[in-house]
Amino acid sequence: MEQDFSRLDHLISVHREKEGALIPLLQAVQELDGYLSRPVLQYISDELGIPAAEIYGVATFYSIFRLQPQGKHIVRICKGTACHVSDANGIKAALLENLGLEAGETTTPDMQFTVVEVACLGCCSLAPVIMVDDQTFGKLKPQMIAGILDRFRDAEV
Amino acid sequence: MEQMIVKVGLASCGLAAGAEDVYLKLREYLGENPGAFRLAETACNGMCFEEPVVELCGLDLGKVTLGRVNPENILPLVQEYKSGKLPSSNIILAERHPAVRNELMANQKRIVLQNCGIIDPLSIGDYEERGGYAALRKALKLSPQAIIDEIQNSGLRGRGGAGFSTGLKWALCAASKSDKKYVICNADEGDPGAFMDRSMLEGDPHKVLEGMIIGAYAMGSDEGYIYCRAEYPLAIKHLNAAIKAAQERNYLGNNILGTGFSFKLHIKEGAGAFVCGEETALIHSIEGKRGMPTIRPPFPAERGLWDKPTNINNVETWANIAWIIQNGAKAFRQMGTQRSPGTKVFALAGMIAGSGLIEIPMGMTLGDIIYKVGGGMKTDKPFKALQIGGPSGGCVPADLLDTIVDYDSITATGAIMGSGGMVVMDTGTCMVDVARYFLNFTQNESCGKCTFCRIGTRRMLEILTRITEGRGVPEDLDKLEDLAKNIIKGSLCGLGQSAPNPVLTTLKYFRDEYLAHINDKRCPAGVCTVLLRFEINPDKCIGCTACARACPVNCISGYVKKPHLIDQSQCIQCGQCYKVCKFDAITKG
Ligand SMILES: Cc1cc2nc3c(=O)[nH]c(=O)nc-3n(C[C@H](O)[C@H](O)[C@H](O)COP(=O)(O)O)c2cc1C
Ligand code: FES
Repeated sequence: MEQDFSRLDHLISVHREKEGALIPLLQAVQELDGYLSRPVLQYISDELGIPAAEIYGVATFYSIFRLQPQGKHIVRICKGTACHVSDANGIKAALLENLGLEAGETTTPDMQFTVVEVACLGCCSLAPVIMVDDQTFGKLKPQMIAGILDRFRDAEV
Repeated sequence: MEQMIVKVGLASCGLAAGAEDVYLKLREYLGENPGAFRLAETACNGMCFEEPVVELCGLDLGKVTLGRVNPENILPLVQEYKSGKLPSSNIILAERHPAVRNELMANQKRIVLQNCGIIDPLSIGDYEERGGYAALRKALKLSPQAIIDEIQNSGLRGRGGAGFSTGLKWALCAASKSDKKYVICNADEGDPGAFMDRSMLEGDPHKVLEGMIIGAYAMGSDEGYIYCRAEYPLAIKHLNAAIKAAQERNYLGNNILGTGFSFKLHIKEGAGAFVCGEETALIHSIEGKRGMPTIRPPFPAERGLWDKPTNINNVETWANIAWIIQNGAKAFRQMGTQRSPGTKVFALAGMIAGSGLIEIPMGMTLGDIIYKVGGGMKTDKPFKALQIGGPSGGCVPADLLDTIVDYDSITATGAIMGSGGMVVMDTGTCMVDVARYFLNFTQNESCGKCTFCRIGTRRMLEILTRITEGRGVPEDLDKLEDLAKNIIKGSLCGLGQSAPNPVLTTLKYFRDEYLAHINDKRCPAGVCTVLLRFEINPDKCIGCTACARACPVNCISGYVKKPHLIDQSQCIQCGQCYKVCKFDAITKG
């Protein structure tokens, strides 16, 4: 089936002439689509004349890029040093339990939440820390997780 | 008439602690009582552990800083101040009165952080009022060589980790002949547990810009990049605003302040790869490629971004430049030590009471940082180790706390100065687990180019995991040391060369703990779950059955109101019973 990529044309034209624009372009496309699908990467490759393998290499090198569809809300669990020594594992367990995810799964079946681990959110003084979309929550206890997630769940209805 | 000012700290740390609700409450009040005070915004004064922080000033009482405020208590405190009374609680700092945290602040020396938590980072006027861009005006009247000489004489060393002489680096780049040169600010800040750059960029972005503009003028560059990690959305927002404001005032752009010198600045968002903090990898990343380090030479000063001469400095390095130009190399050298002049910003985190951002003169001891600036330990558990320098650094034990902060003394302990992350650990932290944690990090972040870094770190991680799971053998320690040596030798960039440091320092200072895991199958800190043994103390157990109900493998038995028993052969060490017991009847060890 022929897919329609015209939504990307504007972004591609903005970045086309700039040097080193591949990463910002992929960031912008991901912002729009939520993730980078294979046909999209192929389309960008055709449009920019950069080999698909090279684009794929860039997309897989950086942890910010996702090649699978993701949930509406991104939950970032900090696994930095300060959080690690302040029971980040307990927070992670509480999150996975609340979302009903098994170890290794990252996105809830209803596509509401995707959980990712990050190295440090830069709010180490409030460890342990998570970030939901662009809101940061600190000084967490496992029992606080449910309340935080509910705020985002409610926003949907 | 005196105008009272209420300033709310709205940096990431403040927002995470609920500062926005406090701000909204104040704004609502101001709507109902117009002119009651002026409501202002600032970033973080470094005392993140007291967030949300609000400063009151403008009246005879002098500046008073409140900590841990919330929407409920803020208005009464503000009203007390307004009526000429010292607020009755929550005071952490006060200019003219005693206050709990005054001493912690007084023991610092703030030049890089001089504006953080004081000015509104979105207001270029605030920055100028405190002397901002005066150094640039002064620099533009000097010759480029005079600026480079001044920086070289100051003895400033790169704050990004390696401690290379900034003046020398600038001189090399200035000497490279080219039609085009770049300057870059490294704000990738990948070390977990470090947040100096975030706080500085959020709190005083113009200071970094001013340093970069001066540097570009001195080295003959007309274009620059700030490479900032994407996890710092607020820092990026403030940088964008600062660049725009600086352009409007012609500190950036064409023909800056009528001198004929032009400079434009872009922001590049990082995409989540620790190795991109390494300068050659960072350059490839800006070029839109995979961020793989390449062999130096050629150094970026000869051939860097798009093969043009390029100078990269860390955020904090750039933030020192304006001060040095303004106050002179001699004044700078009056702070710190002979070989490491000036100050250093550190991010204190972990089990320390005063976690946050501090700036101290080089030469202070690590112990003084923890106890006189950081306020000591957070809980009553005693100090065990200070982790300095993140995944490239090491763990310094208690008996080395008289080590002074300078590049060479810290390196002598086996750790490194690094960019400024300090994580304090107490006796509840297992050092083998910490070593495993860091190896897991470096192993994940290795770009995969060098075999030893790619596979050697993986082998080390496997051994460490084995030890924490009680399957270690005595030969493992020699193997770890052997692998460490080879990884250091066989890696091209600093990531691999420093990856073994956390293991080597813990082996050096906490060898007993490794041996306890290997020989006695015991984790003295009670962290490595597989090695834990949970037991019920029959004298304390009242038979409430909470543990038996929580146990996922049903290995706890006993009658109601009678002491229970754990069947050790079935126990999976999940710790659920320990968590649910309300009577402290379960011991772990
Ligand atoms: C793996 C690795 C990660 C690094 N990460 C950073 C970083 O996040 N920030 C930084 O300023 N320097 C980092 N560096 C050091 C840079 O390569 C470079 O030395 C530094 O930006 C130079 O600036 P300075 O002289 O002002 O310190 C890193 C080095 C390595 C090997
Ligand atoms: S370690 Fe978690 S925010 Fe830095």
